[in-house]
Amino acid sequence: MRYDTHLPANMILHPQRGRVLKLLVRLRPIAFIAVLLVLWQIAIDLHPIHILPSPWQTLGGIAYLIHHKLLLKYIVASLFRVTWGFALAVVLAVPLGLTIGWYRRAEMAFNPIIQLLRPISPLAWIPIAILWFGVGDLAAIFLIFLGCFFPLLLTAINAVQNVPAVYINAGRNFGLTPTQIVRRVLYPAVVPQLIVGLRITLGIAWLVVVAAEMIAVDSGLGFLIVDARNAGNRYDLVVAGMAIIGIIGLALDLAIRSLEHVKSFRWGYAEE
Amino acid sequence: MPYTMSFTEDATPTMTATKLSVDHVNMTFTRDGKTTPVLEDINLEVREGEFICLLGPSGCGKSTLLNTMAGFLQPTSGAIRIDGEPVTGPDARRIFVFQERGVFPWLTVEGNIGFGLAKLPRDERARRITHYIKMVGLEGFEQSYPNELSGGMKQRLEVARALAVNPDMLFLDEPFGALDSITRLVMRGELLRIWEAERKTIIFVTHDIDEAVQLADRVVVLNSRPASIQQIVEIDIPHPRNLSDPRYLELRDGIFQQIGLAHKV
Repeated sequence: MRYDTHLPANMILHPQRGRVLKLLVRLRPIAFIAVLLVLWQIAIDLHPIHILPSPWQTLGGIAYLIHHKLLLKYIVASLFRVTWGFALAVVLAVPLGLTIGWYRRAEMAFNPIIQLLRPISPLAWIPIAILWFGVGDLAAIFLIFLGCFFPLLLTAINAVQNVPAVYINAGRNFGLTPTQIVRRVLYPAVVPQLIVGLRITLGIAWLVVVAAEMIAVDSGLGFLIVDARNAGNRYDLVVAGMAIIGIIGLALDLAIRSLEHVKSFRWGYAEE
Repeated sequence: MPYTMSFTEDATPTMTATKLSVDHVNMTFTRDGKTTPVLEDINLEVREGEFICLLGPSGCGKSTLLNTMAGFLQPTSGAIRIDGEPVTGPDARRIFVFQERGVFPWLTVEGNIGFGLAKLPRDERARRITHYIKMVGLEGFEQSYPNELSGGMKQRLEVARALAVNPDMLFLDEPFGALDSITRLVMRGELLRIWEAERKTIIFVTHDIDEAVQLADRVVVLNSRPASIQQIVEIDIPHPRNLSDPRYLELRDGIFQQIGLAHKV
């Protein structure tokens, strides 16, 4: 084309060039992390004092954990506790919250005790957890359960109260029985808000498991961090553990966020 | 024109049965120990297949009256009967179309229209869904969710959902209030077309005088707080109505004056 020759080269957008640009945009966050890692490595190389292991040493730490067959074992141990604590909280808090939210009187009765227990950090329960369940999985699961239970309960209560009366009335108008109203109106109406609650709560569960493992058990990623420090100041393993915790936390969040893209849930989220 | 013929037939009071009767209905709300009268001695007879508009200013209690007719609220005293039976609660034979747009956002267009049809066999259900999607002009949007539709389309969807269960009455609470004026005009035409085709008894609440005179067989003009019936105006103009017809303007201005007098402006 004739015009092309008059245009500055950077203004001509070939389809292929467009695709490359898109890829570059996608890669930007990863590139940024890479830059940070390089800067970190350089900083450690320039000032080799022991305040932090370098990325390279951290990678070595991860390799050490893999070699000693500890990495998978600890990840599985942590995920096992999170799964149980989180699942128990979901199974109990969601139906209870939906019920309390539905009956205004129940909410008035339960609200003060919920508000009183909610600000107590799950970590404050550690001595009680050990007293009741001993040092072991049960104590950790109990702490995760506590950390998840109250936020989920409140989410479920609010979700029900936010359901517009018009949906319930429409359900009644079409001759639905109370059970059908719960199944066909109430439940689909609260799901989007519940998913947000689940997402926040799963994040809390992942925070609490690490703390719980530092005190109440002798396996898992939290235990790894404390143990690596206590048994010989292996800070490469400490930071390796931290990195693994971050990566798994991100993966969990991405997994639960994928629920928000389900078509019949998507109406519940602001879209622009 | 066949429409005009059937209209004049139905408009003759002696020829059709009473569908709904409102008999000395009073309603008071009690809040913080204070009782507020909302409805005052409402008496009304609605014939089978009639299109009634309840007209009154915002907050006058016309929605409350509609809700008692539909069975969502119980009157403090008096009785509401449909087909001679007292109304005790909402019923699938009489569908309420909500002003806040009560379509379910978690269901597709098909899912919404089929909502009240769960008991039907699969193929009958599919047949009705297709029929009503076509009637309200939502072909091609069967799998769309309500948040992908415009306001007017959502309103049509809700009307289709109501019609799909084949009710004998429709209650419409300012259904076109949130639409822009052009869409509103189109929707009025659509509603009349559906009404001509299906001959449901329709009770339509509005605060728009033009809307009432364009649509209704009779306009029930309500006083404000507590709502009581000020006048019932028979709109004796056949459909389709010419909006510059002298009779149309006369009836409209008459109601304007009525409402104006009620407020002593």
